[in-house]
Amino acid sequence: MSSTVTETAPAERAAGPAPARPLAARPAGSRTRWLWAAPPLAGLGLVFLYPLALVVRQSLTPDTGGPFAAYAEVFGSTAFREALWTTVWLAVAATAGCLVLGFVLALVIAFVPFPGARAVARFVDVFLSFPSFLITLALLFVYGTVGMANGMWTDLTGEPEGPFRFLATPWGVLLAEITYFTPFVMRPLLAAFSQLDTAQLEAASVLGARPGRIVRQVILPEALPALAAGGSLVLVLCLNEFGIVLFTGAKGVTTLPMLVYGKAILESDYPAACVAAVVNIAVSVGLFGLYRVVGKRAGA
Amino acid sequence: MSGIRFDSVSVAYHGTTVLDALDLTVEPGEVMALLGPSGSGKTTALRAVAGFVTPAAGRILIGGRDVTGLPPYRRGIGMVVQQYALFPHLRVQDNVEFGLRARKEPKAEIPARAAEALEMTGMAGYARRYPRELSGGQQQRVAIARALAIRPQVLLLDEPLSALDAQLRSGMLAELARLHRELPDVSMLYVTHDQVEALTLADRIAVMDRARLQDCGTPQQLYRAPRTEFTASFVGQANLLPVTVADTAGAALFDGRTLTVDTGTAAPGTTATLCVRPHLLALGAGPDALHGPNALHGRLGEVQWRGATHRLYVDVAGHRVAADLPELRETPTPGTEVTLHFAPRDAVLLAAGAGA
Repeated sequence: MSSTVTETAPAERAAGPAPARPLAARPAGSRTRWLWAAPPLAGLGLVFLYPLALVVRQSLTPDTGGPFAAYAEVFGSTAFREALWTTVWLAVAATAGCLVLGFVLALVIAFVPFPGARAVARFVDVFLSFPSFLITLALLFVYGTVGMANGMWTDLTGEPEGPFRFLATPWGVLLAEITYFTPFVMRPLLAAFSQLDTAQLEAASVLGARPGRIVRQVILPEALPALAAGGSLVLVLCLNEFGIVLFTGAKGVTTLPMLVYGKAILESDYPAACVAAVVNIAVSVGLFGLYRVVGKRAGA
Repeated sequence: MSGIRFDSVSVAYHGTTVLDALDLTVEPGEVMALLGPSGSGKTTALRAVAGFVTPAAGRILIGGRDVTGLPPYRRGIGMVVQQYALFPHLRVQDNVEFGLRARKEPKAEIPARAAEALEMTGMAGYARRYPRELSGGQQQRVAIARALAIRPQVLLLDEPLSALDAQLRSGMLAELARLHRELPDVSMLYVTHDQVEALTLADRIAVMDRARLQDCGTPQQLYRAPRTEFTASFVGQANLLPVTVADTAGAALFDGRTLTVDTGTAAPGTTATLCVRPHLLALGAGPDALHGPNALHGRLGEVQWRGATHRLYVDVAGHRVAADLPELRETPTPGTEVTLHFAPRDAVLLAAGAGA
């Protein structure tokens, strides 16, 4: 996960502080302002942008072959196109799953009074600090080939093998990603719910609204910003997820980060790895941007 | 036409009784104010009617129907709270239509009925606004319109004016009184800690303190003839003096002097509390004042000018007696001896321990 975060961060930051807006307005003060801004900008460029530029350059003009040769080769391969598709649909599906599951769980924790609700809310915070492969490891214990579920099945039926072998399929990756990333949606939601005026919920219920209508028409509209924040975070994290895909040991599931890893480390094909990485960044930023635009339209 | 009836309603939170066996009936079309300090149980009583708190014992009836076990959305009541509780993402029109939609009123009627409710509260011109674009007073009008749009038989108002500044408050008070005249069938339960609101608006006032109903009556009854010391000091201001009922009828002893008051059924020799309102005290003049009827003799402690009146604090036999006098041309100097008088019919004798 840590490796993937640094991949997207430069792209986002590059767009951020670059334009110094009031430059023309006050020429006298602008010089000192630049003095302040220059060192961190230079540091940022050296640490983040320069290596990124190297990756982009390597992808465009590889050491061997002409310009764009690597792109043509990579885009031509079925493995790449499949990885691209797998990456996108897994990330979108996992985000959707996390939003639905996270919303429902956060609703229950925030509004259904049960003993231990606060403890559960705290656990969500702790969960955020877990490494992503841990949850995959835990799922292996439950649904793995020799896991508990299959063990119970073989014990009960006497058959040599259990039926649960979806963990090595994209569905296994999806399950693991939803399980791991749902708390990332719940955290901002729980914060938003704690800000919600309970008097509004009471007013709605006195006016004749049943719980379902209150959730749809009072709670959901006010939770949209939090949903958008959690969803965009999860979307980007899922697009770049590496640990979970690696740990499910899913041989049939290759995502872009896996492809980068395979090309660079296993095949030493750096131009191809760089092309995949550039595409990965483009997809991340593109989908993230699209998500924000759609989110804004929806009123978040 | 439907009223509200509390039938020995008790509510407890974590073992603490916050409402103790309340018996109270709000007649159809009546405005009942629940008046009391914070923690007196008045808001709990209102929330029990709304269905937000479940009574530990007793029943709540609306229009003769037992609603104790019904969820809030099936009680069909209107409610207005201190902080308006409008839905921030909905326009004024949609806020008012919310209840009509939730109650599945015929779709064709909904806009007209919302417009009618907004018209009633003078907010028809603001239908396209969002709540954040309105002032506090306007938001509260929208909240009232939203509550009235579903045409409830019972309207619950929980400190509805407490978030408004003093000037707006008196305007809204008049507005609520007008709404009550226009909607004579709607029973209102009005929770407040402000005696002016209760005295102005209510047909009857229920005075609450420490989870219990202390007193209930028309504003005039409670003001002129309070039954308990708490009512006397909470509804209007009161000087409370410990007296002993004298052997002769219609007399009580205070600080060795005989005062002429209506002793009613109080037994001679028993102790009681005499209640005299500050504005019913007069300042005695000249040497004769000392020997006039119902004289309270003491040393002047403090004089406060309050525009139309002067407030005098007089130390009478260790009791601080307040007197509101029409603006004085010559104010007596603090430290001098003064005498206050009151007419026998202006004092009320409260039996000791009543309502405590």
